[in-house]
Amino acid sequence: MSSDAQAVEPAVSPAGGKPSRAGIRLPGAGDALNKGLVVTYLGLIVLLPLAAIATKSFEDGLGGFWNAVSSPQAVASLELTVTASLIVVAINAVMGTLIAWVLVRDNFRGKGVVNSVIDLPFALPTIVASLTLLVVYGKDSPVGINIAFTQAAVVVALLFVTLPFVVRAVQPLLLSIDRDMETAAESLGASKTRIFWRIIFPNLAPGIATGIALAFARALGEFGSLILISGNVPFKTEVSSVFIRGQIESDNLVGASAVSVVLLAISLLMLAFITFVQRRGSRHDQ
Amino acid sequence: MTSNFKSNISRWSLRYIALGYLLMLLLLPIGVILVRTFDEGVGAVIDAITTPDALAALRLSLLTVIIAVPLNTVFGIACALIMVRSNMRGKSIINALIDVPFAVSPVVIGLALVLVYGTQGWFGADLAAIGIQVIFSTPGIVMAVIFVSLPFVAREVIPVLQEVGDDQEKAAETLGASSWQIFWKITLPAIRWGVSYGIVLTTARALGEFGAVTIVSGRISGETETLPLFVQKEFETFNSVGAYSASMLLALLALATLLALNLMRRKEN
Amino acid sequence: MPETQGHGIEVTGVSKDYGDFQALTDVNLIVPDGSMTALLGPSGSGKSTLLRTIAGLEVPSAGIVRIGGEDQTRKPVRARNVGFVFQHYAAFKHMTVYENIAFGPKVRKWPKERVKQRVYELLDLVQLSGLARRYPSQLSGGQRQRMALARALAVEPSVLLLDEPFGALDAKVRKDLRTWLRRLHDEVHVTTIFVTHDQEEAMDIAEQIVVMNDGRIEQTGSATDLYDSPENEFVMGFVGEVNSLGGKLVRPHDVEILNHEAEGTVEAEIDRIVKLGFAARVEMLTVGEKGEVWAQLTRTELEPLNLESGQKVFVRPRPDAVVKEDTGVLEEIFKEEDPPASGKPTGVTPGLPV
Repeated sequence: MSSDAQAVEPAVSPAGGKPSRAGIRLPGAGDALNKGLVVTYLGLIVLLPLAAIATKSFEDGLGGFWNAVSSPQAVASLELTVTASLIVVAINAVMGTLIAWVLVRDNFRGKGVVNSVIDLPFALPTIVASLTLLVVYGKDSPVGINIAFTQAAVVVALLFVTLPFVVRAVQPLLLSIDRDMETAAESLGASKTRIFWRIIFPNLAPGIATGIALAFARALGEFGSLILISGNVPFKTEVSSVFIRGQIESDNLVGASAVSVVLLAISLLMLAFITFVQRRGSRHDQ
Repeated sequence: MTSNFKSNISRWSLRYIALGYLLMLLLLPIGVILVRTFDEGVGAVIDAITTPDALAALRLSLLTVIIAVPLNTVFGIACALIMVRSNMRGKSIINALIDVPFAVSPVVIGLALVLVYGTQGWFGADLAAIGIQVIFSTPGIVMAVIFVSLPFVAREVIPVLQEVGDDQEKAAETLGASSWQIFWKITLPAIRWGVSYGIVLTTARALGEFGAVTIVSGRISGETETLPLFVQKEFETFNSVGAYSASMLLALLALATLLALNLMRRKEN
Repeated sequence: MPETQGHGIEVTGVSKDYGDFQALTDVNLIVPDGSMTALLGPSGSGKSTLLRTIAGLEVPSAGIVRIGGEDQTRKPVRARNVGFVFQHYAAFKHMTVYENIAFGPKVRKWPKERVKQRVYELLDLVQLSGLARRYPSQLSGGQRQRMALARALAVEPSVLLLDEPFGALDAKVRKDLRTWLRRLHDEVHVTTIFVTHDQEEAMDIAEQIVVMNDGRIEQTGSATDLYDSPENEFVMGFVGEVNSLGGKLVRPHDVEILNHEAEGTVEAEIDRIVKLGFAARVEMLTVGEKGEVWAQLTRTELEPLNLESGQKVFVRPRPDAVVKEDTGVLEEIFKEEDPPASGKPTGVTPGLPV
């Protein structure tokens, strides 16, 4: 018979639950090998590099770390990055929900195409995004809008790359909303606005939150789409990722690592904040 | 019937606001670049993307994709199996690690790889001793591409695997099938759509990676320049036809990705 | 201890726990070769766990499982040659009916001709001929379950195990299918065990019924044994109808109605009288304890009593009735379960187009 003749050991089942279904029964040469490979893969490719950044950033001690992240240029880049990301995320919260609404509730010719196009920023290389935005909103703009080398360009580029996050997070929630709830509210005399805010929005909130978290993380670290259109002028239009590149090219790896750590920390903070808001909101569900 | 009229107005205004936003942000840029690319005629475009440097960039990009996508696919499926079907401790750590590429700036990824595998990095010296150069060479680029495109297959397969449940697998077990047979004949077919979506997304991401590769590659034209890097170089050397043409190629590949996703979604239903 | 010949099943001292939760405690059971046995009990009684332990899908914490005289306790399910049918069919969705049924034989590398022959033989047996090229999604629930049965039987298992096989089907289909299963069993004679929470189902087709509660076997016997001679109040209440009267459990047809007080009677008021063909139900409310009692009488027994709604009567168990103390065990089991806490709306996997 087969080589893996071990008896199937069930996972621990919660008290009172059905007999567990999970067996440690992975294909091939046994699950130990499988797990080992996955862990090694992740370790070499993800964990190790992350650890290296953390270590490097403190190579010159706390003082060195602080110096690196408090230099005027670094601070300026962080201010710009965080501000732009927050603005972009706020716009996305509104526009993303709106677009999801139109895609789910409305019907018009070409809706399918529009729906597919939403994913374009996911599929398009960031450098191409940068180039296309420059062509349209730069010096030779066909629509007469030239925002190249301004902070507005940073916002526009970030809007481009973060477009799909909120839309795609909200769509499935909108689709699965029980329309009967809305009809019931209407029969009780509620206006459309009230129905939206009291019935629909609470169900969309988790999706919006997820979308915001992802969009923020993406915006914070965005690089390629900004390269060509923002001009990367230090203290004006230089975002942190560009600043970090500059530090690497000047062989200041400690400084680059330190600012990287700060970016990561800000990302985590936002995530924690959103999780906190979500938990508070979901208490109403019980 | 003012309420009907009002609701129509609000429906239309929402629709046109959404479409207008998408037009200005997405459609116009793509459209304009497709048009501008051919400003100097089709011949110029073909010339631009068949220069030795351009071809080398294309080859390198394809090479990274051919290596990264299968590796990440196998990893993604193995990872999903562990996360959904096994009892390993530390699953939440793995879960968090899978999401790291989403949360970290590409430049930081590049930096991290340099710190570990660069000549002054943790392993760089040892690797150099046995003749392997990672940073400023192809292996580094491949690693960067692997890192950034790591999560997609795993993230697509995990929910599918969860939803499918293991009843079919148990049934196959009662019928005498071995673990391998169960995996190939039952599990894999059940998750094939998740795997397919994941592969398409991984490929798109791998092809388009820019930030991390910028840092690790050294951008040596003809050698360590991927297609996205080529676009930047052409732009910086004022060769707009070259930049637009290569961009158009990448954009077409992106559109092909969307098309593939669309077709797959239709076939799945 | 009688020996199990052929492919009988012997379960000895089996216990199963999941950490804190005790699913089975010291279960002993003999299933004769070729018989049909039902594991009957409420949810959480351990009946599915026991079935899966016999199948090899679970490993007991203690005890021995013997099939056909051999100790199979540690053998994995794929080595046991058991046929297993799941409540929700577990059909291989991406394979045709033919391929589903052929799966077991193909795994065992039967020659192609033999596989084909066997599949068509089974399609005939389960009355699905002509549907070989269909996919499970194109079949009705009843058809899917018959396919699942055919699939399980394809490799000529020594034992057939069914886990709430009709649980996912409509009432009418359920009844038809269980009669059909009984006929199938009479034709094929495979030792069969099925799990159910429906006492009517168990009593209808099983030769032996194993009543389980809370991980233990309460009583094993034929339908008549369990109905006429229940060993405790749980069995009495679970198999057949009971009323609680004056702190005792009594069968409805053992409730005696008198129009004068007598020894052991309880006062009650008649709520309504329902005539169902040749039988009648007299539904009453007891005074004092405020409980509901109903008696089952034949029309001939009812007529001379001249009962009317609202009338005061006196009820007691008949002198020769089977009676058990009512300690409230049954109330616990049949209490309605609280609705589950509402979950949050599902989130989306991060960063990916849906």
